Amino acid sequence: MKIIIFVLLSTLMPAVVVADWETNMPRGVTPTSIAAYDLHMLIFYITVVIGILVFGVMLYSIIHHRKSKGYQAATFHESTKVEIIWTVIPFLILIGMAIPATKTLIMMEDTRNSEITLKVTGYQWMWKYEYLEDDIAFFSKIDKDSNKARRLNSSIDVNKVEHYLRNVDNPVVLPTNTKIRILLTASDVLHAWWVPELGGKKDAIPGYINEMWIDIKEPGIYRGQCAELCGKDHAFMPIVVKAVPKSEYHKWVSIQKDNRIATKEN
Amino acid sequence: MSANLEHAEHHQPSGIMRWITTTNHKDIGTLYLFFSLLMFFIGGLMALVIRAELFEPGLQLVVPGFFNQMTTMHALIMIFGAVMPAFVGLANWQVPLMIGAPDMALPRLNNWSFWILPFAFTMMISTLFFEGGGPAAGWTLYPPLSLQGGNSMPFVIFSIHLLGLSSILGAINIIATILNMRAPGMTLMKMPMFVWTWLITAFLLIAAMPVLAGAITMLLTDRFFGTSFFTASGGGDPVLFQHIFWFFGHPEVYILILPAFGIISTILPTFSRKPLFGYDSMVYATASIALLSFIVWAHHMFTVGMPLAGELFFMFATMLIAVPTGVKVFNWVATMWRGSMTFETPMLFSIAFIVLFTIGGLSGLMLAIVPADFQYHDTYFVVAHFHYVLVPGAIFAIIAAVYYWLPKWTGKMYDEFLGKIHFWLTTIFVNVTFFPMHFVGLAGMPRRIPDYAVQFTDFNAIASVGAFGFGFAQVLFLYILYKALKDDVTVGEKAWDGAQGLEWTLSSPPPYHSFETPPKVE
Ligand SMILES: [Cu+2]
Repeated sequence: MKIIIFVLLSTLMPAVVVADWETNMPRGVTPTSIAAYDLHMLIFYITVVIGILVFGVMLYSIIHHRKSKGYQAATFHESTKVEIIWTVIPFLILIGMAIPATKTLIMMEDTRNSEITLKVTGYQWMWKYEYLEDDIAFFSKIDKDSNKARRLNSSIDVNKVEHYLRNVDNPVVLPTNTKIRILLTASDVLHAWWVPELGGKKDAIPGYINEMWIDIKEPGIYRGQCAELCGKDHAFMPIVVKAVPKSEYHKWVSIQKDNRIATKEN
Repeated sequence: MSANLEHAEHHQPSGIMRWITTTNHKDIGTLYLFFSLLMFFIGGLMALVIRAELFEPGLQLVVPGFFNQMTTMHALIMIFGAVMPAFVGLANWQVPLMIGAPDMALPRLNNWSFWILPFAFTMMISTLFFEGGGPAAGWTLYPPLSLQGGNSMPFVIFSIHLLGLSSILGAINIIATILNMRAPGMTLMKMPMFVWTWLITAFLLIAAMPVLAGAITMLLTDRFFGTSFFTASGGGDPVLFQHIFWFFGHPEVYILILPAFGIISTILPTFSRKPLFGYDSMVYATASIALLSFIVWAHHMFTVGMPLAGELFFMFATMLIAVPTGVKVFNWVATMWRGSMTFETPMLFSIAFIVLFTIGGLSGLMLAIVPADFQYHDTYFVVAHFHYVLVPGAIFAIIAAVYYWLPKWTGKMYDEFLGKIHFWLTTIFVNVTFFPMHFVGLAGMPRRIPDYAVQFTDFNAIASVGAFGFGFAQVLFLYILYKALKDDVTVGEKAWDGAQGLEWTLSSPPPYHSFETPPKVE
């Protein structure tokens, strides 16, 4: 099906030749994102096989069992044996899916033994980040260039804006190879903190503190955005995570602390 | 025929008063269907505003606040204004014809349940012209955001109350009709599948709509009377709303699809010239889907931070729905198998329904897997999924039903060639519109955003082109209906040679009081 649609689309729109044909979930760089990806692919392949079987039988029937070919209709209309088979087999397939899904879910929800804790608070329309152990806190909102270009009829070519809508003034800096517990809450309405390459999302809800954990295996810059409708600027509260090696992270932390002392003394 | 017309004239005023005062199931069915068609185009225009804005990144046409009003209203209108009234209209026309009754059991109530709708929707749509605009928190009305809205909120909530009232009255009427007015000899297990699916749907409506009414009333008191059911700062719980809403919302999903199952189960045997495979298991599968729909609601909200045990329970329960749904699909394929098939327009739409609904069902199975859902949730993957089950699902079934029964209702045949063109345009464009949404969703595009990062441009452009194509294809549908009524190609009692059922024993169009003496069913 995918292939047919693909061929169809590429013939329909020859003009937009392959610029960005990203069609799948990113595998990501955390144990949770990789587990989600593997599960996604497993279930996807199972559904593809089911689809091919069901549509294959249908297609065969559509081609061969036609009145125009003089095919005489059979009269059967039930078969307990067949009906039991196609109730039991899907059930077994589902059990086969549920086992790895359950294992992954238990792993994802286990936030114990984390080394640092990042508290994320959603606001209309920015994020606040607090490093609980190190007493660092700052706000992070959409960068100036994107913010100008996104206005109605801004006459700025958004394709020329760097990381349009996916860039912030203050990125979150986090260490690699560290189990990080993320606490989520919100001050006004619902938000959801989501960076696809770091794994799934979780809602930030006023009055609640939700938990998730990540462990970034590769240094890099990872981008995401708010995923729960939070009002008119919902599309404009990006998330940028800068993952650096531990030593660099500790340097960054001490600079932040020095800055804070400096601002206090002023 | 003329005797019947005379008989009718004794009962009804003419002109507009005929339609306002009518208690006839066919008139009311027609009203519902025309109303649904009108709402389908209004909701469709809103979808085109959305797709036009999303054609390329950057904001070109509307401000974000208005965009959010469009997504909210598009959903409310399509669900409550287009799909549900279409099914009620089909039930009004078909249930008495299929069970051998003269009319619905409660004809005055029937008039009421229809005439509530135009007022409710006029009020709801008029909020778009209010200062501060219409509702913009999404059709799910999640607080606290929905509590921030402008003056539209009490009006929208009141109109949803009215819609709920209309649905409950309609459901009571359908249940009363089916349980009391079947022809002698038609036991429950001999009823046509469409009647069965509607009976079950009507129970779902009665169980689910009051729950929605409760939830939105609590929103109303939170906003205007100082309660804080859903406000954390007052000791309330924003997540509670989501639980209550989806306790209504998931049965609602099946309200939107079970009658479609009934339609497909009626059309396939006709054009396969072979009885429906596994009638009994179809009935049991429909009933189990309906029961399961009450214990899976939280799969719409896996990311709110439920305890692990809760997440596992709702995952398993949701996966379980795949079993009865699979039974239905397999039974349909087995009905076609070794039939003697022809491919008139209703059959084409039914076959496309099975294929595309199954694709939507399979992506639904993927969404049930909680760890993967943490990635899918609130992205365009979800948008693709539910549009696959609602557009080539529910709406294809409605279109198929209109083509299938139009000759019965009017005594006139539509243009088969144009019908097929309509089918191919619709099917191609529905896929061009919604298939790419799977891709952008997986690649990380959230839903409900008016503007997006540039890597999502290409697939969004394709989806927008598809949406406009789909829209224009439906204008052709209007023309086909108009042409059928104008051209006067008449049909006899039985428009389709393979058709079974009591409705085909009546004249086309059927007499004013469908069955004046009950037919015998052996
Ligand atoms: Cu947000």
